[in-house]
Amino acid sequence: MHIPDGYLGPQTYTASFAAVAPFWYVASKKLNKTLRAKNVPMLALSAAFSFVIMMFNLPIPGGTTGHAVGAVLVAVLLGPWAACIAVSIALIVQAVVFGDGGITCIGANCLNMAVIMPFVGYGVYKLVAGRSSGKSPRRWIGAALGGYFGLNAAAVAAGFMFGLQPMIAHDAAGGALYAPYPLSVAVPVMAFEHLLLFGFVEAIVTGLVVAYLQKADISLLFGVKPDADVESAG
Amino acid sequence: MKTSKKLWIGLFVMVLLSPLGLILPAKFCAGSAWGEWSSEEIHKMIGYLPSGMSRLGEKWKSPMPDYSFKGQEKAPIRTLSFSYIVSALVGVGIVTGITILIGKAIARRE
Repeated sequence: MHIPDGYLGPQTYTASFAAVAPFWYVASKKLNKTLRAKNVPMLALSAAFSFVIMMFNLPIPGGTTGHAVGAVLVAVLLGPWAACIAVSIALIVQAVVFGDGGITCIGANCLNMAVIMPFVGYGVYKLVAGRSSGKSPRRWIGAALGGYFGLNAAAVAAGFMFGLQPMIAHDAAGGALYAPYPLSVAVPVMAFEHLLLFGFVEAIVTGLVVAYLQKADISLLFGVKPDADVESAG
Repeated sequence: MKTSKKLWIGLFVMVLLSPLGLILPAKFCAGSAWGEWSSEEIHKMIGYLPSGMSRLGEKWKSPMPDYSFKGQEKAPIRTLSFSYIVSALVGVGIVTGITILIGKAIARRE
């Protein structure tokens, strides 16, 4: 889902930078209020985790590859604004140092994987988990569903960006200037491969880690107080 | 052991296992991710290379392209797997460093 340089025309990548910039600004303001110095190592671990999990390319046999992103897991642990910052840093390093995702497409890729994904995923998680106690199964189930829907939302958004290109620009002969496939191809392909395979991988990773942390250290979940399950008893 | 320490260990286990992200796609004959083809692949698929793509695609030369060292395009998967682990370590180092700097800069003063 890392859109490379050359796949998006200037209108699309410029608009994407313009769209993601306010999220980066608000995220830094929000974290300025909520992030404590002692949580910084966890933020760094989250960004590094997102970086590494994106290296686990999984095959659709005989076809293409894809991977999990980890953005919803980070959102469940540190909140969606922190996830926005952590995943953005991972994506920018991937583009600059490793050529994974284009330099011109940093805005677009961050919009898809560091904004749309954690916010959609966190929304689904909150919807399912509600005000349940920290140990409730609704937490890890909500996290898994959040991972599934978050990744798919990002994939559809990327497919939409690809598919817009033939509509926006073509050369004199009607040939493509940038990504060549129309919306009617790009969106369904991106949706199907993530709905059928990669979304489940994201769901399993997200659900398993959250279930583990519910047992190991509940205080690591965002917005969950360690003594939250006392509420139900009292 | 503190949970956060266990999570860091888990991250390093992931780094060591990362070549699976290279080996599994090769084993199952899977090509590039959809929408992440090389110029040669695009040319093969649609019969030409879109001009905007060739213009923008050449802009940036990353120091470790595709999580390998420069000039390793044709290297055997064993060599690439080693480079992949080194890339993961380098990436984790840079990402962790930058996040700590940014995190410290914006975290609430206590």
